[in-house]
Amino acid sequence: MTKNPIAAAAVSILTLGLALGVTPAMAAKMDATIGMQLEPPNLDPTGGAAAAIDEVLYANLFEGLTRFGPDGEILPALAKSWTISDDGLVYTFSLREGAKFHDGTDFNADDVKFSLDRARAEDSTNAQKALFADIASVDVVDPATVKVTLSKQNGSFLFNLAWGDAVIVAPESADGNAAKPVGTGPFMFAQWVKGDRVELDRNPDYWGEAVKLDHVTFKFISDPTAAFAAMMTGDLDAFPAFPAPENLTQFEADPRFSVIIGSSEGETILAMNNKKPPLDNITVRKAIAHAIDRKAIIDGALFGYGTPIGTHFAPHNPAYVDLTAQSAYDPEQSKALLAEAGVKDLTLSLKLPPPSYARRGGEIIAAQLREVGINVDITNVEWAQWLSDVFKAKNFDLTIVSHTEPMDIGIYARDDYYFQYGDPAFKAIMADLDKATDPDKRTELMQAAQKKIADDYVNAYLFQLPRTGVANAKLKGLWPNSPTQANDMTGVFWEK
Amino acid sequence: MTAYFLRRFVSLSLSLVAASLVIFLVMEMVPGDPATFMMGLNADPAAVAALRSQLGLDGPLPLRYLSWVAGLLHGDFGVSYTYRVPVSELISERVMISLPLTLYALVLSTLIAFPAGILAAARRNSATDFSVMGVSQLGVAIPNFWFAMILVLVFAINLRWFSAGGFPGWESGFFPAIKALTLPAIALALPQASILARVMRSSLIDTLDEDFMRTARAKGLSRSQALWRHALRNALIPVLTIIGLQFSFLLAGGIIIENVFYLPGLGRLVFQAITQRDLIVVRSVVILLVFAVIVVTFLVDLAYAAADPRLRRRRP
Repeated sequence: MTKNPIAAAAVSILTLGLALGVTPAMAAKMDATIGMQLEPPNLDPTGGAAAAIDEVLYANLFEGLTRFGPDGEILPALAKSWTISDDGLVYTFSLREGAKFHDGTDFNADDVKFSLDRARAEDSTNAQKALFADIASVDVVDPATVKVTLSKQNGSFLFNLAWGDAVIVAPESADGNAAKPVGTGPFMFAQWVKGDRVELDRNPDYWGEAVKLDHVTFKFISDPTAAFAAMMTGDLDAFPAFPAPENLTQFEADPRFSVIIGSSEGETILAMNNKKPPLDNITVRKAIAHAIDRKAIIDGALFGYGTPIGTHFAPHNPAYVDLTAQSAYDPEQSKALLAEAGVKDLTLSLKLPPPSYARRGGEIIAAQLREVGINVDITNVEWAQWLSDVFKAKNFDLTIVSHTEPMDIGIYARDDYYFQYGDPAFKAIMADLDKATDPDKRTELMQAAQKKIADDYVNAYLFQLPRTGVANAKLKGLWPNSPTQANDMTGVFWEK
Repeated sequence: MTAYFLRRFVSLSLSLVAASLVIFLVMEMVPGDPATFMMGLNADPAAVAALRSQLGLDGPLPLRYLSWVAGLLHGDFGVSYTYRVPVSELISERVMISLPLTLYALVLSTLIAFPAGILAAARRNSATDFSVMGVSQLGVAIPNFWFAMILVLVFAINLRWFSAGGFPGWESGFFPAIKALTLPAIALALPQASILARVMRSSLIDTLDEDFMRTARAKGLSRSQALWRHALRNALIPVLTIIGLQFSFLLAGGIIIENVFYLPGLGRLVFQAITQRDLIVVRSVVILLVFAVIVVTFLVDLAYAAADPRLRRRRP
């Protein structure tokens, strides 16, 4: 006999139903298995930068004061509402009452103060510590109210609080979150079989609307062929960021699956080392930008999925300006520009990290640059090597990489960032943007920033990385886009 | 005999010390800072520095080597940079998959190779011999990851007899676990069986030509009696060598198969640790594999002695 009391109960109910002549309705499936390519290194979103951490936990297990909606809008989360003082320096948050952490402790203003102070502390290992740099103090007004005072105006503050790195943790459990995360979200941690899967259970005491799934398993399959097989056999119910675009047509043709094409926050660029001659010459950079046929790269490296971009901004953002024409494919102009710059027999190094968009795209770009007379030495590197050699040591001419952090145009204001731009006029625009809280003013500044880097041809802007997902056709409610790197399972359900 | 074991032990320890030094230094030379890797593109430099010191990455080299070795002697492999859990815990979880998989593949390959090799040798130059050798030639030539993908395509995607990969864990019961290991084990075993069958055949044929075999036949034994009673035992030495080598190869080398079947085994752990610069895990697994190879070589030596009494006598 079965030892499992639940199974035993189920069997007896089923038998009873049959005995009474009731046809048992097909039991609705209450769990989902989601495929991901990378495993999170730990389960603490406030202690590491790996996107995979948020992909498992964001909105599912942990919540912040604010959160991203499916299209990138900022929604209330643990803060049900807020007021901003007229000078834009003081944010007063009214907190959700009745919210509890998964270990049973109450959520209140002390937890908010603890979390924000911890993230901005001297010895903090929060990878996005800069998000909290403008906080001067966090004060508990009463258990349901928190006042955050900024040292200077920061129009992105509510946006910053929506990041996974800004989720609210409890002092009692914060240190253990890496292995056993304790949050306030609608799902709670069940188990983590390292190298294989993380499982979440429904949180029965959730403060908000209950989720429709009882159990979610995130399974880690790095090999694209294995991912394909796992979808085909039904071992997985969805693979929201499917690694092999070449297989998508096959899924599209199969009625068992739906293919979900969305946009991601990943601006894919051909980054140029702006301090290294002759790339310190804007005419040379402009020549390179005009030598590139984006359509050919999107078709060749991404099987046609992906949106061309002309600046470092996501096309789905309301403030986006289409500047692709400014660096349109024009090999003749490119040759003329190179001649104008007096550059002959130019050989550039192109270092490619592992993702296929970079490796495949790099081959195509090298061929396109050769057309205009630039020789390209391709070196394939792994991520760790890319980080130390390209990102840190700046030992490169060209590289291809997708910048997947939301709204990260601010990196162009950093002097020491790997492509080494740090233009004073651009920095001034960013400083103004930090101060601006008026939406129209912000849009205007964001557009000025996009134009400035396009005018300076800092990098060659290729395409917005698509988010190509595959799911069981009956599984609904997955995010098509990824405004942040998350697999928000709170609205996911099985269609009858 | 005692002197022999003592000498073996000293040479074994020296190899381990040398190996640990080489492994440590090689890992130090690998480009890529673990802390930078973990913190990502937008990370604050101060946060990266804080992490470096937390991970103990900023001490002097000899000191870090000594503390690592001292830890190893106590069975303490340190704490994984990425997972932040004891490395020994990670390794023991993974060994629970890789070791059974290796043994399973080894048993399968032996079960296929022995009869095939013996049959081919006994019927030398017959049609049976040619077909066994032909198939084994194919088995050696086919890359095992390709064969693994074919197995998935046929038995998982088309027939739906197996799941495409993954491992349910031993706690889910013996049969579900073994079932999950079956396709990977077959994929691993086939090339090994092919090699083994060829070695078995040629070694047996060599023995069949020896003088003692003629003597055995002259005493009135039939061909097959002579083969089973005298030749097989003598032919086993090279076969055992190959099995010993295969064990270490499979234990560490199952990495591609583990990727195809997304099994959370030792091979995939090392692979992932290398790309994530979790150097402490890489170091520990590699030293453990060196240790396993040394132990297996030793066991194979003992097996030689069992198979051939002359080797036993020759020893000091």
